[in-house]
Amino acid sequence: MKKKGPLYALFLSLILLLPGCSSLAVLNPKGPSARTLSDTIILSILVMLGVLAVVYILYIFVLVKYRAKKSNEGYIPEHEEGNKVLEAIWIIIPIIIVAFLSVVTVKTTSAVEKQAEDYKDQTPLVIYASSSNWKWHFSYPEEGIETVNYVNMPVHRAVEFRMYSFGTITSLWIPQLAGQKYAMSDMLTTLHLSADTEGSYIGKNANFSGKGFAHMEFEALVMSSKDYDKWVKEVKETAPKLTEEEFKGLLATDFLGRKTYSSTHLEFSPPPGDHSEHMSGEGKEMDMDNGNMDHQNNKDIHPSPEPSSQTEFDSKPNPEVEQPLPSSPVDEQTQNSNS
Amino acid sequence: MKIDASKPLEYSTEENSNKIFGFWVFLGAEIPLFATLFTVFLVMVDRFASGPNGKELFEIGPVLIETFLLLTSSFTIGLAVHAMRLGYKKAMMVFMALTLLMGLGFIGIEITEFVTYVHEGATLQTSGFLSSLFVLLGTHGAHVSFGFLWGTAIMIQLWRQGINPATANKAFIFSLFWHFLDVVWIFIFSFVYLKGLM
Amino acid sequence: MDLDKFKVHGEPLIYGAMISIALATIGILVGLTYFKKWGYLWREWLTTVDHKKIGVMYILAALLMLFRGGVDAMMMRLQTAAPEMKFLDAQHYNEVFTTHGLIMILFMAMPFIIGLMNVIVPLQIGARDVAFPRLNAVSFWLFFMGAMLLNISFVIGGSPDAGWSAYFPLASLEFSPTVGNNYYSLALQISGIGTLITGVNFIVTILKMRAPGMKLMKMPMFTWSVLITNVIIVFAFPVLTVALALMMFDRLFGSQFFTMANGGMDMLWANLFWVWGHPEVYIVILPAFGIYSEIIATFSKKNLYGYTSMVFSMLIISLLSFLVWAHHFYTMGQGVMVNSFFSITTMAIAVPTGVKIFNWLFTLRKGRITFTTPMLYTLAFIPIFTIGGVTGVMLAMASADYQYHNTMFLVAHFHYVLIPGAVFAVIAGFHYWFPKVFGFRLNERLGKHSFWWIVISFNVTFFPLFFLGLMGMTRRMYTYSKETGFGPLNMLSFVGAVGLAIGFVLLVYNIYWSTRYMPRDTTSDPWDGRTLEWATHSPMPVYNFAVVPKVQTRDAFWSAKHDKLPLFEDKITKIHMPSNTGKPFILGVIFFFAGFFLVFSMWIPAIVAGVGILIMLAAMSFDRDHGYYISVDEVNATEKKLMRGETV
Repeated sequence: MKKKGPLYALFLSLILLLPGCSSLAVLNPKGPSARTLSDTIILSILVMLGVLAVVYILYIFVLVKYRAKKSNEGYIPEHEEGNKVLEAIWIIIPIIIVAFLSVVTVKTTSAVEKQAEDYKDQTPLVIYASSSNWKWHFSYPEEGIETVNYVNMPVHRAVEFRMYSFGTITSLWIPQLAGQKYAMSDMLTTLHLSADTEGSYIGKNANFSGKGFAHMEFEALVMSSKDYDKWVKEVKETAPKLTEEEFKGLLATDFLGRKTYSSTHLEFSPPPGDHSEHMSGEGKEMDMDNGNMDHQNNKDIHPSPEPSSQTEFDSKPNPEVEQPLPSSPVDEQTQNSNS
Repeated sequence: MKIDASKPLEYSTEENSNKIFGFWVFLGAEIPLFATLFTVFLVMVDRFASGPNGKELFEIGPVLIETFLLLTSSFTIGLAVHAMRLGYKKAMMVFMALTLLMGLGFIGIEITEFVTYVHEGATLQTSGFLSSLFVLLGTHGAHVSFGFLWGTAIMIQLWRQGINPATANKAFIFSLFWHFLDVVWIFIFSFVYLKGLM
Repeated sequence: MDLDKFKVHGEPLIYGAMISIALATIGILVGLTYFKKWGYLWREWLTTVDHKKIGVMYILAALLMLFRGGVDAMMMRLQTAAPEMKFLDAQHYNEVFTTHGLIMILFMAMPFIIGLMNVIVPLQIGARDVAFPRLNAVSFWLFFMGAMLLNISFVIGGSPDAGWSAYFPLASLEFSPTVGNNYYSLALQISGIGTLITGVNFIVTILKMRAPGMKLMKMPMFTWSVLITNVIIVFAFPVLTVALALMMFDRLFGSQFFTMANGGMDMLWANLFWVWGHPEVYIVILPAFGIYSEIIATFSKKNLYGYTSMVFSMLIISLLSFLVWAHHFYTMGQGVMVNSFFSITTMAIAVPTGVKIFNWLFTLRKGRITFTTPMLYTLAFIPIFTIGGVTGVMLAMASADYQYHNTMFLVAHFHYVLIPGAVFAVIAGFHYWFPKVFGFRLNERLGKHSFWWIVISFNVTFFPLFFLGLMGMTRRMYTYSKETGFGPLNMLSFVGAVGLAIGFVLLVYNIYWSTRYMPRDTTSDPWDGRTLEWATHSPMPVYNFAVVPKVQTRDAFWSAKHDKLPLFEDKITKIHMPSNTGKPFILGVIFFFAGFFLVFSMWIPAIVAGVGILIMLAAMSFDRDHGYYISVDEVNATEKKLMRGETV
């Protein structure tokens, strides 16, 4: 019998060497929220390594000692019912571990669900992030600008993303800045984050959303407040206004490169009601609104017609829904990203 | 097959008693099924979009008749089982027939109701509320309709074979099913209609 | 009639699949005709109500599906082995990972386990069959037809493409206009009904048909695990039934359950799906725990340590499994309170699971451990599953999950749980009980070879995924760019997948080789077993036990062998058996067509098929066949033959 313990140790160290720690985006945080999560993860890994160690040591010990060999031939083990004390031990110790981790979970979950300690006196910069197949739209209501597939934000500033979707459920994730959160069609979710270091970070949709999912990435660029103000000013002066026509066009296009506008779509297409606990200010609607509130505005600019009207006992899928797909979305995307 | 004469006919063989127990387990599965449908309905109850809500839609009259029919039929199926235990085939058949007729009446009224709703523009496609309403009522109604067919099949067997361990067992299980549908209806009556009308 | 919707527009791969399916079908048909096996097939298999044969059919179907799902897995690993691979396009990749998940969970792991349950549980409790043998056949044929319905989607109309969890609105007609998700709702519905019936059947079997003297707390651990599993099935599957029905209404009849407008609620689907989905995980893992308990006890020659706490830990796990569903979407924005609640319930599952691990370790302690193939799988399970378990606790922490959710870390975790927790278990159980069913063992040397291939390759395949997850690679990406740096680890994972494929091919080769060359096992008890299934002949006669055993201890057969407690005291009497019937098979076929017609919204044929189903049900109700008797002489003759080592 070959022992698997050492094999694992070897394996583990080998693998650990391979990617190196800096490429593990999640464990290389650049903001307080991601740092809290990274610390939580490392703590839990350490605790769990302890648990693993206990199990593995016991495992190797019994396998080595009690394996069938020449010397114990003919040995018939005795009947053993169990042991109340021992069984109590391996009930109580796990309960203590779980209780400890529960406390950590509750604390860190509430920590990342609100503005970070360091920035809690600031009024957050609100950015609405909405997704549509397969793009991200970022609207800055205070500045009155909007971008597609990239988001700029100032360093050392509390940022509050408010997310929703024009279609499938997506998940906004900038691993080095904060954990992810869903964007959905009939409720608004909130994600608090802030960055300590200037730089460009990868952001993506983490929740599978169909054919273009793999290409639904964006750049989150964290810049000094001076550069940020300059960028805002520049956008307001040079970028075109986002008209309703233009926005409909954006929603209907599968793959887009970067776009910049000097007004937001929020004016003609307000976001759905807010379900989040952590509201800051205006726009709060009830949790269980009647459904009719949600989309009467979004409806008319929806990228494709609603199925309800056509599918009444109708066997054929709506032909308009079937958008022709580019034979290779990769090509399509590269073409578009030049624009 | 061993027949244990000390037990009622429907329980008299091992197979029979297994079947009755198995049917209880099956009803155990029907509870989460309807519970899920009720949950869906309660989640959807205020999401009537541009369609009508319960208050605008429901009429108490037909619902009361439905309730009356189903409750009475639950009573008559009880009488049928009682007659079966006494060995009165004819009385049993009569009570079962009454049960099934009332079931049929229930289905008839429910279908009329559905047709009325649809004529008022309240269809399955109108809103989340109506979708969940139609599916909840429809699932119950489908159970009753299935029960009607099943009960008819059992009556034919009773008529042909008389009361024996096999037919008694089937009739008894059918009565469990029918009582269960009655219980579900009471929940529908309270949580869907009464609550909707309030 | 618009024939276009039946077509799958594909590349060589799809046409290859079509041709191979067609060739395989023709091959089987020609083979059956040539060897004149149609009658045999009908008499012995399609119409059988014997729990052993139904179990064998479940396992065969599961092995078949293991390869279908395995090919899906290989395609996925190949497509992601290097950046910008051009092997599959996005649509096909999406279909492949969706069917991989569906097939592996619902049409491989579950039927494999239900198959083992079918073969073993009646034997372990000393019964002659399950409580409702015909319903058992109905269960099997519904499962099988559901599985086939999903499988033909690959070549007719297109497979589901919204992930095995089919989140709305992605799975709605608007975003998934092909018939793929119609197949999803109907294929799962049909096989789900079959599973629900299995659940009812086995609860009654175990609670009402145990041999005299076998109190609940004297049942073998596998039987206990099966009982608890079936209780979970009975409570969880109706939720799936409703969810799938609502999905079907949304897609086929335009209802507004999960739509984005008119009051629909997309999050409702996620909730319903996981209220079923998480218990489902335990439906495949608890019986595995049972299998491991049997194997560990047998091969350390000791009784199971802490029997009572083993039973209670399973009961607690089954309860908790219904209280954790929201941990599948901590990121849905439901707030700190809700997330904390589900974090704690989820982590709490670690406690009873830990109890089981330690009880197994202490069963090994002071034992005399022999390393047979089934035992090797069991021993590999402990360390590997523990990794799955501890990463599960890490994922259970809501805050940390914001970083793991939807990433390869999660994918690594659930493969670390499900492969040792379910796949190793069914393979171990397969090797362990194989001689019981077929009368000869699988070759040990080949078995160990395939074991090492599978176990080492498994780790090479899935361990890198933990790191890919932490690097920020999300699951279900059909491609990625070179700059992401995901390439090398994905390549390593692909290499592992190839190793896994070799291991599974070796396993099948072992079945073939052993069938041809392994000597008959004349002892009926090749492993020195402890429970009742080893107390009858291998292969067992149709009536299982000539005399119903009387049980006094937990390890009844062990006590009979070592403490000389008598098992079979009664005289042989005539045995009542159920007769074969073709109705369940026909019912299954009609269900298949009903499902198929609904998938393509062909209403009139669907209604005809629906009426057909009602007619079959009526036919089953009117059936007055109450089985037949095997006379004492016949039983005696069979027993004599079996004693001499002849097959009957």
